[in-house]
Amino acid sequence: MLHSLRQTWFSNIRGDILAGIVVALALIPEAIAFSIIAGVDPRVGLYASFCIAVVIAFVGGRPGMISAATGAMALLMVTLVREHGLQYLLAATLLCGVLQIGAGYLRLGSLMRFVSRSVVTGFVNALAILIFMAQLPELTNVTWHVYAMTAAGLGIIYLFPYVPKIGKVIPSPLVCILTLTAVAIYLGLDIRTVGDMGDLPDTLPIFLWPEVPLTFETLAIIFPYSAALAVVGLLESMMTATIVDDLTDTGSDKNRECKGQGVANIASGLLGGMAGCAMIGQSIINVKSGGRTRLSSLAAGVFLLLMVVFLGEWLSQIPMAALVAVMIMVAIGTFSWDSLRNLKRHPLSTNIVMVVTVVVVVATHNLAYGVLAGVLLAAMFFANKVGHYMEIESSLDEAGEHRTYKVTGQVFFSSADKFVAAFDFKEALSKATIDLSRAHFWDITAVAALDKIVVKLRREGTEVEVLGLNQASATIVDRFGVHDKPDAIDQLMGH
Amino acid sequence: MTKVIACIDGSASAPAVCDYAAWAAVSLKAPLMFVHVLDQRQYPVAADLSGTIGLGSREHLLDELASLDEQRGKLALEQGRIMLAAAKDRAMMRDVDAPECKQRHGDLLDCLQELEGETRLLVIGRQGESSSGLNQHVGSQLENVIRIMHRPILVAPVDFQTPESAMLAFDGSATTRKGVEMLATSPLLKGLPIHLVMVGQESHESSAQLGWAKDILVNAGYVVFAEVRNGEIEPTLHGYQKEHGIDLLVMGAYGHSRIRQLLVGSTTTSMLRTTTSPLLLLR
Repeated sequence: MLHSLRQTWFSNIRGDILAGIVVALALIPEAIAFSIIAGVDPRVGLYASFCIAVVIAFVGGRPGMISAATGAMALLMVTLVREHGLQYLLAATLLCGVLQIGAGYLRLGSLMRFVSRSVVTGFVNALAILIFMAQLPELTNVTWHVYAMTAAGLGIIYLFPYVPKIGKVIPSPLVCILTLTAVAIYLGLDIRTVGDMGDLPDTLPIFLWPEVPLTFETLAIIFPYSAALAVVGLLESMMTATIVDDLTDTGSDKNRECKGQGVANIASGLLGGMAGCAMIGQSIINVKSGGRTRLSSLAAGVFLLLMVVFLGEWLSQIPMAALVAVMIMVAIGTFSWDSLRNLKRHPLSTNIVMVVTVVVVVATHNLAYGVLAGVLLAAMFFANKVGHYMEIESSLDEAGEHRTYKVTGQVFFSSADKFVAAFDFKEALSKATIDLSRAHFWDITAVAALDKIVVKLRREGTEVEVLGLNQASATIVDRFGVHDKPDAIDQLMGH
Repeated sequence: MTKVIACIDGSASAPAVCDYAAWAAVSLKAPLMFVHVLDQRQYPVAADLSGTIGLGSREHLLDELASLDEQRGKLALEQGRIMLAAAKDRAMMRDVDAPECKQRHGDLLDCLQELEGETRLLVIGRQGESSSGLNQHVGSQLENVIRIMHRPILVAPVDFQTPESAMLAFDGSATTRKGVEMLATSPLLKGLPIHLVMVGQESHESSAQLGWAKDILVNAGYVVFAEVRNGEIEPTLHGYQKEHGIDLLVMGAYGHSRIRQLLVGSTTTSMLRTTTSPLLLLR
């Protein structure tokens, strides 16, 4: 245990601390921006980011991944905050944490295997589009100063890293924020600043129980939001964990991560923060900056709080244009640009799944619906594809009275119609043999189709003999449970 | 058949590990296997602190990290092969028949745990590659290795010297009593004089225990010197060792729980830190 403690905390101290500082600098504008999306004071998002980043460092299942207040979650809270206020949001955050812990104990993390690659890509792209769209209110009905500031900010962010020597050592989003704030103050520009958007933290977070009546009505109000938050939070966390796994070539404990996200959200809710989850963009920045272990997440949270509490007055001077520039960078960095290029190479069904996921998310502002649509569509395409793997050959004996049908392949709901259609019921026969010994019957639809065929043939006065039904039906795995037995593969492939 | 397993890396103690392993393999008449573990997590991490993510950052970062690991991995693999080949040659010079070589990716502890079933004796250097430059006297992974392996472990110093006599630190505990029995049945130290040393007050009980241990070893054919000495454990043991020019220390390892170790410290850990001769730890 001590060994893994060393490995997951202290094997890369310098890199983790530096990465933690870089991440903390990038977390501040994000936390403020996401609070504004959710319609709460920037304080709520900043406390949440601190709390989640610190707690997840201890209880998470993926060292090196950054969790904090996120856009995906903020978008789900908008209506709740508008209609019922902050206290209900805190209560929903607590409940969301409880649901996520439950999901962890039920090992729902393993359900991620049903989420195909194209759905993940769609999710990531949709998230990037949502983050970008959330910046648009800051860019409409404003003076040209704001556009100029945002453009200058983006210029600084992307060009500063090319400055020799200091470019790779000083985070360019920080340079962008500092420069734009200085310019705005120096020129005395009348543009919106962070201070105009609500309260900033001036103390350390304190423990507080949400002031909501503990009644069934409260539960009825918050439950739908909590459930959506829990699902979206886990989805984004699991996907981010996979991305970090790939980047660092190490493994993670997904179920522990589920529980960890729950614990972090409960802690956040009790300290006056909103719900959050893992962040794809920040996690990439962390890995890129050299963060690998739990220490990087802890450092990010601690530095975030230190900077916020001690620089609170300066934070309120930051022009919104600077935040918008940083958030546009996050949106651009989160979007999977390769997926656009891959549209030409990938099969149509894959592209449809990806695009549908994006469209549903952008239309509903709920990533859970998009993933659900994507997963269902992907499953349908898969069933359709596997349904093609069925063939029926038939041969007539010399007398022309006995036909033998040989069925090969997968018979289930998607191929059952094709299975029935392959039989010629108009043919006058005295005997028909259906050889199923090379077929797999997967569900009740397939069995019903066979029944239908046998009955139809009988009605026409044909004597029917079915061969190999036992082997074929043995693949109705739900009933016979062959998938539990060691020779399952032999049974499936053997005949 | 169980083997003598020796952990080889690029540290200064690698040649001595190799020599001690060869000596043990010849004495035990057991096959010898050299193991080299490639642990990617030991490589330093490259950092870009610009904090920006741009077009296709994720894909580029993956490519970048993968190619960096690939280069290092190839180098480390090649280096490991050379080290293993050198160790093999060295062992063959010491009359070991065809030592095996094994190279694994991953974590040293995991790898040794996998091999535990076929391990008869594990030979490992006091310091690994990553600790040898530091002032640490004991490698960072050594204690963990000793804790998880339930097999005898020979911790080698930087220089090899064929053991001519051995000292067994005996305290009457279950761990050391088991150690005495193990020594009696093992051919490893056959022919070497054994000094049984007990640190503590001379009493009826201690001399009875010491007598028991001596009988067992004498019956097994060893020349045995037994003595009870008064004083602090470590200085006394080191003092005795110096007096009699003993070049192999045998002791039971980590007989107590981790919590006790945290509170009162562990003799094993402090002996590992202070001794300059090889240490045979019996588990």
